[in-house]
Amino acid sequence: MSKSIEVNDLNVFYSDFLAVEGVSMNIEPRTVTAFIGPSGCGKSTFLRTLNRMHEVIPGATVKGNVYIDGEDLYAPGVDPVLVRRQVGMVFQRPNPFPTMSIKENVLAGVRLNNKRISASDADALVEKSLRGANLWNEVKDRLDKPGAGLSGGQQQRLCIARTIAVSPQVVLMDEPCSALDPISTFAIEELITELKNEFTIVIVTHNMQQASRVSDKTAFFNIAGTGKPGKLIEYSDTATIFTSPKEQATEDYVSGRFG
Amino acid sequence: MKSGTVTDVAQREETTPVVSEKLVGKRRAGDSFFLGLSTTAAASIMVILAGVAIFLILKGLPAITANWETNGDLAGYQNKHWGTFWNYVAPMLWGSIWSGLIALILGAPVAIGIALFISHYAPRRLASALAYVVDLLAAVPSIVFGLWGVIVMRPFLLPLAEFLNQYFGWIPLFQGPVSSTGSTMLAGGVVLAVMILPIITALTREIFLQTPRLNEEAALALGATRWEMIRLAVFPYARSGMVSAILLGLGRALGETMAIALIISPSLLFSVALLTDGYNSQTIAGNIALNFPIATDIQRSALIGTGLMLFVVSLAVNMIARGILGRSERKARTSPKIGKRV
Amino acid sequence: MTAVTPAPTTAQPMSLTSGQLPRWIEPVLATGTAVVVAAVLLVIQLFNPAVWLVLTAVVYLIAVGIGSSIVEGRRKAVDRIVRGLVVCAFVLAVAPLISTVWTVVAQGLKVVNWDFVTKVGGTVFDPNTLAVTNTPGALQAVVGTLIITGIAALISVPIGILAAVYLTEYAQPNNPMRRTVTFLVDVMTGIPSIVAGLFAFSLMALIVGPKAFSGFSASIALCVLMIPIVIRSTEEMIRLVPNELREASLALGVPRATTIIKVVLRTAASGIVTGVVLAVARVIGETAPIFIAASFTDNFNANPFNGPMQTLPVMAYTAYSFPGKDIEASQAQAWGAALLLVIVVVIFNLIARIVAKAFAPKSR
Repeated sequence: MSKSIEVNDLNVFYSDFLAVEGVSMNIEPRTVTAFIGPSGCGKSTFLRTLNRMHEVIPGATVKGNVYIDGEDLYAPGVDPVLVRRQVGMVFQRPNPFPTMSIKENVLAGVRLNNKRISASDADALVEKSLRGANLWNEVKDRLDKPGAGLSGGQQQRLCIARTIAVSPQVVLMDEPCSALDPISTFAIEELITELKNEFTIVIVTHNMQQASRVSDKTAFFNIAGTGKPGKLIEYSDTATIFTSPKEQATEDYVSGRFG
Repeated sequence: MKSGTVTDVAQREETTPVVSEKLVGKRRAGDSFFLGLSTTAAASIMVILAGVAIFLILKGLPAITANWETNGDLAGYQNKHWGTFWNYVAPMLWGSIWSGLIALILGAPVAIGIALFISHYAPRRLASALAYVVDLLAAVPSIVFGLWGVIVMRPFLLPLAEFLNQYFGWIPLFQGPVSSTGSTMLAGGVVLAVMILPIITALTREIFLQTPRLNEEAALALGATRWEMIRLAVFPYARSGMVSAILLGLGRALGETMAIALIISPSLLFSVALLTDGYNSQTIAGNIALNFPIATDIQRSALIGTGLMLFVVSLAVNMIARGILGRSERKARTSPKIGKRV
Repeated sequence: MTAVTPAPTTAQPMSLTSGQLPRWIEPVLATGTAVVVAAVLLVIQLFNPAVWLVLTAVVYLIAVGIGSSIVEGRRKAVDRIVRGLVVCAFVLAVAPLISTVWTVVAQGLKVVNWDFVTKVGGTVFDPNTLAVTNTPGALQAVVGTLIITGIAALISVPIGILAAVYLTEYAQPNNPMRRTVTFLVDVMTGIPSIVAGLFAFSLMALIVGPKAFSGFSASIALCVLMIPIVIRSTEEMIRLVPNELREASLALGVPRATTIIKVVLRTAASGIVTGVVLAVARVIGETAPIFIAASFTDNFNANPFNGPMQTLPVMAYTAYSFPGKDIEASQAQAWGAALLLVIVVVIFNLIARIVAKAFAPKSR
């Protein structure tokens, strides 16, 4: 239930401005890949092209291809809505829907798409997703309470549960822990190592230690200066990136000389 | 959110996302339908406003172009020989503007004072209660103010009218003969002032609250008293906003009907007298209210024509007000605003 | 580099305290002035609440100005005077409100009772006895108000909400149509209500001809007034919905329209409803557009497409301005209608507050 991602010379434009230049990479199924790099280097922008969420910004376009298990996401006639049902996303700030209960939040992806689901199937899906997000034990007694009443870390796990409830192939995470306290962060990181058994995960993080804890492979992005496009500098095993990187820029970044 | 990324720049301009048309591959039927529905609704606004202008012109034109000398219904309409439509509408246009001005002169300082009180003088908890009370004024229907004006305000102002006429009667404003019933422009102006108070207060309050905290603190740090701080930091920043709020208040006063219709005993002439009941310039709205029900076809046309004039004038006032407000908003958005007061 | 030697200081030590009036001086002085002025007025028998208040204010301002400027200096004195002026402004605003509500309640209670609300009012002339019986009743006006306002709301609310959705969700900031519509909505909020009535009449006269006066015509006039209010408040409520919720929904693979309807509008729902209720409360008190478009009548008419209809504000206006033989009875009718109207407006405002509190997105 997870697929490989192949990116082929992807360029991201905001109207005429080139934001990210020529990224090519292959991501294996059931791995965790981390994108690291200084602020503004385009890693989040690039992440969003993997599920066509960049299109939410007016004027944002891409040149190049992204293949999920061989299927080009940007082929003509491809519906971004269908893409996003296959490639899920978890955001920086937890955003459970405030008008819905915990249970309804988990089922939101299913319900909002008008998929018919029987009550017992719904309950089963809720339990499975919440267990998958390591949240079941904490909320199983208050599934009907509002989703917004949980702590930050719990809310984020609820959002993860909501994302995996629609059974995507890939889960993208855009700095999922930066709004959370260290204990919640630890809980989410544990969760990620469990989730990779089922999903392909790509996580953007500005926290290098997190990248080294959690990911199998790491991609380092950098930007030459303001107004220049971001580029993928180096992409290989996490251990390599952090101990013996090939590029000087990578070495400088991971040893804290800039960033 | 993350700082410095390009996404932020685009999102700072507008906080709502829009799907870029070019890349949506398959147009979903539901999406298209809903988009079409919303666009139609928005387009209908343009249609409605155009419609108002068009229908007023259509119905008013016969009287504007008619020959007021020969037309039986118009020749001596409302007991005066007018000659042309423009002679007819002119004194009433004056009346509308004059009554609006009085309402502004009486009401604007009070409104600004209240706005200042709520934004800078009152303790926090009291401030929101006070704002609510002023908003209650906005909720009272105009007919209720009109009736109140008749039985409370008219007699209440009589002693003042006598006083003003006695000692200041040489000023044309206060000329006599003083009304015995109180159906004076003064009474009408006071009630109008009460009615436009909420709109001026609400807008001015918003603007005062948006004064950059930095400027206020700079003034206080120089040892300024509260009033001096307001003069130094708040008023300069709020100047165009206050003008805009006052103009909007004027716009509201121009359209007010019931207060004038009930309180003032009107005449169709140019006058600045405040204290009489025989020399009050009738307003366009008041005149329409009083004469529409009993008018013949062409007379109705004339009244609609005056309504068109009122529409144009109040449109102009509102456009100028919004224009000023828009410019000051754009200025505010580009200036640094650290620590915005809520 | 030569060292800088500090100039010898011969200045006096800076004083942090200056003459200061005690903290309680303002309220105490105000009360004192009020009492003294009242006493003086009573003695010379010129007591009149208005004169008392004005004199108190003037004397207080002078007293505090002089007193403060002697003890504390000119700057502080000006500050105190301004503070006094600003409080006066507030009293000036609150006084008419209290007076109005008091008057309406006092006058209206004389005539408002259950019968008044449920009976149709009017005058009956008995040719045999030559007696004119005046029945107090406002049912025709209550029904008319509900019908006319109801139809106006039915038309204005969908148009208003959809237009607001277009302006906030679909149209890009530089879209010329968006800028035009936004500008026009601003302009529409300033249309004089009587002009809206004239428009409705003109429209209906050109379409239907002689039967132009009707409840529906009045509803059209109210729509012109209501739509911009609904658009403005809905826009504000939609803008309050955090962008993250839209993104979360889109990222789940939910199509645009569904996201707007089921997530954005749903989250903003309580605010939108509050805005609509307040818009209704605003137009329900309109008088001029109603009698321009729906003419005058005393009769009970429940058909919005046929003939004149009366609403509560119009009833108050006509009963007062065109009284029947029994002037007092007619005026009582007017106040009764006015009181009913105020009660209706208060109820609507309360409903708006309750809806806002009860249906806000909960967090516990």
